Amino acid sequence: MNYEISLMTTMAISVLFALSLNLITGFCGQISLGHAAFLGVGAYLAAMLAKAGVPFLATLPLAMLLAGAVGTVVGLTSLRVRADFLAITTMGVGFLFVGIVRQREWLGGELGIAGITGSNMSKLGFMLFTVLCAILVMALCVYLRRSWMGRVFNGIAEDEDTMRVLGINVPRYKLAAFAIGTALAGLTGALYAYHFQYIGPDSFGFVESITVLSMVVVGGIGSVVGVTVAAALLSALPAWFQFIGDYKLLVYGSLLFLMIRFVPDGMAGLVRRHLFKRRAEGGSK
Amino acid sequence: MLLVELFTQGLVQGSIYALIALGLTLVYGLLRILHVAHAAFFTLGAYVGILVCNASGSLILGFAAAMAIAGCAGVITYRLAYQPLLDKPPFVALIASIGLYIASEEAFRVFFGAQGISFVDPPLQQQLLLFGTIRLKMAELLVMIGSLAIIFVLSRLQNGTRLGLACQATVSDPQMAESFGISLRLVRDLNFFVGSALAAFAGVWVALLNNLVEPTMGSVPSYKALAIIVLGGLGSVRGTLAAALVLGVVEAYGTIYLGKLLDRNAIAFAFLILVLMVRPQGLFSRR
Repeated sequence: MNYEISLMTTMAISVLFALSLNLITGFCGQISLGHAAFLGVGAYLAAMLAKAGVPFLATLPLAMLLAGAVGTVVGLTSLRVRADFLAITTMGVGFLFVGIVRQREWLGGELGIAGITGSNMSKLGFMLFTVLCAILVMALCVYLRRSWMGRVFNGIAEDEDTMRVLGINVPRYKLAAFAIGTALAGLTGALYAYHFQYIGPDSFGFVESITVLSMVVVGGIGSVVGVTVAAALLSALPAWFQFIGDYKLLVYGSLLFLMIRFVPDGMAGLVRRHLFKRRAEGGSK
Repeated sequence: MLLVELFTQGLVQGSIYALIALGLTLVYGLLRILHVAHAAFFTLGAYVGILVCNASGSLILGFAAAMAIAGCAGVITYRLAYQPLLDKPPFVALIASIGLYIASEEAFRVFFGAQGISFVDPPLQQQLLLFGTIRLKMAELLVMIGSLAIIFVLSRLQNGTRLGLACQATVSDPQMAESFGISLRLVRDLNFFVGSALAAFAGVWVALLNNLVEPTMGSVPSYKALAIIVLGGLGSVRGTLAAALVLGVVEAYGTIYLGKLLDRNAIAFAFLILVLMVRPQGLFSRR
């Protein structure tokens, strides 16, 4: 039972992380290839605070705050460069984060931080708490998408220049997307640190950023339900099938390529098209 | 003397970066695709080069085989992966390319093993002493001369032949070029062939310098080459060359003087972010 609880927690953490990237890349159309850096900011802060004896519930908002602040600064770059340039810049931010952490003795350097104190909850309690967080974030995403802000995000993703002509303050909304998305990634990072009780620079590198991106792409860029399902499935697959565990990157890479090449709107798009086709056929009868 | 030695090491590294980045620039100039999977041909070239050289004993044959096979693989990749995505937004092709690259890295691991392979009898390892002060390996000297020569020849071909002019015309206005009877297909295939062959060329040199080929040898150059073409002002051959050499030298000094602060890869990207914030159009772009 312990194993299932641990797996469920991992899945919930993946879902949270994927939803946080989906907010930036899916809702607002700002591609980020360095999202794991914000997971790292949250995780490292939580780990340091936990070692200093700060209680679990107090570290979460602090992790969100710091990751969101760093994210807003990184978001400033999205005002300066667009599309593929932004992709390269955010990728650079990811490499920069890992490069800095590696050389910091007080952050554990290459070895990382081990023996992070737990959350004072039972394993089951922590799992329920993480799942609850995931559900709350899902609800937040659904709410956001329907709000005025969500519609502006969508407009920016579709056509930034038109939104500008319409008199929308595009920079402010872009920064808001980055702030919310990276703060959620910081929250996820804190949960990650408490769950695994070990963090190192390699846990937040480029591979992690690509893994979460493939979750978003497979689920369907912008779709809350699709991304949730994809993140849960993709994080559980390596544990379920030994073969996939051994060749995790081969599977993720191929999936990323095949999905974007043949089904660019992801699982959500597939399901939607299928449903609509049925409905249309039903209507014509 | 440390300064001079660091400078030459930087130039050696820079000329390898230039060879890799050149192919990326050709592809970006033509199709506006950030071709991350380009580094897969760098690794592929290194493997083919080392295997053929070990089997036949001839380094030249190794180079030829590596460039031919990687070139063809590049064209096939373009046809299968990128051609159908040309009318989609640019990040679609970028994501496809990243997926392709990660999968190919793992495929190399599965096919050739994780621990890497080396030359049985590594050629060109003699030590040279230039101007009485600079110590270099033969291979290091040749890679500098070779990459500069290739880039020079390429730019002459681009300006002096019909096909080269056709390529340039396609870059500036594909539709107009097509209506003047230029085959877009031919130009694009040719670009992928030349670019991938250059990456393979660089791959064999790196194999010679380190006497080791690993599945992951392409990962750092692939992302760094992206940084280089952005610094060079996307699509400009001369800018790419300059940016590659500058980055090689900056890294060589940075590793010594900033090593406590940042690691080698982070230096490249810190430099990139800094430049992009000040000049979003790249370091050497005239736009």
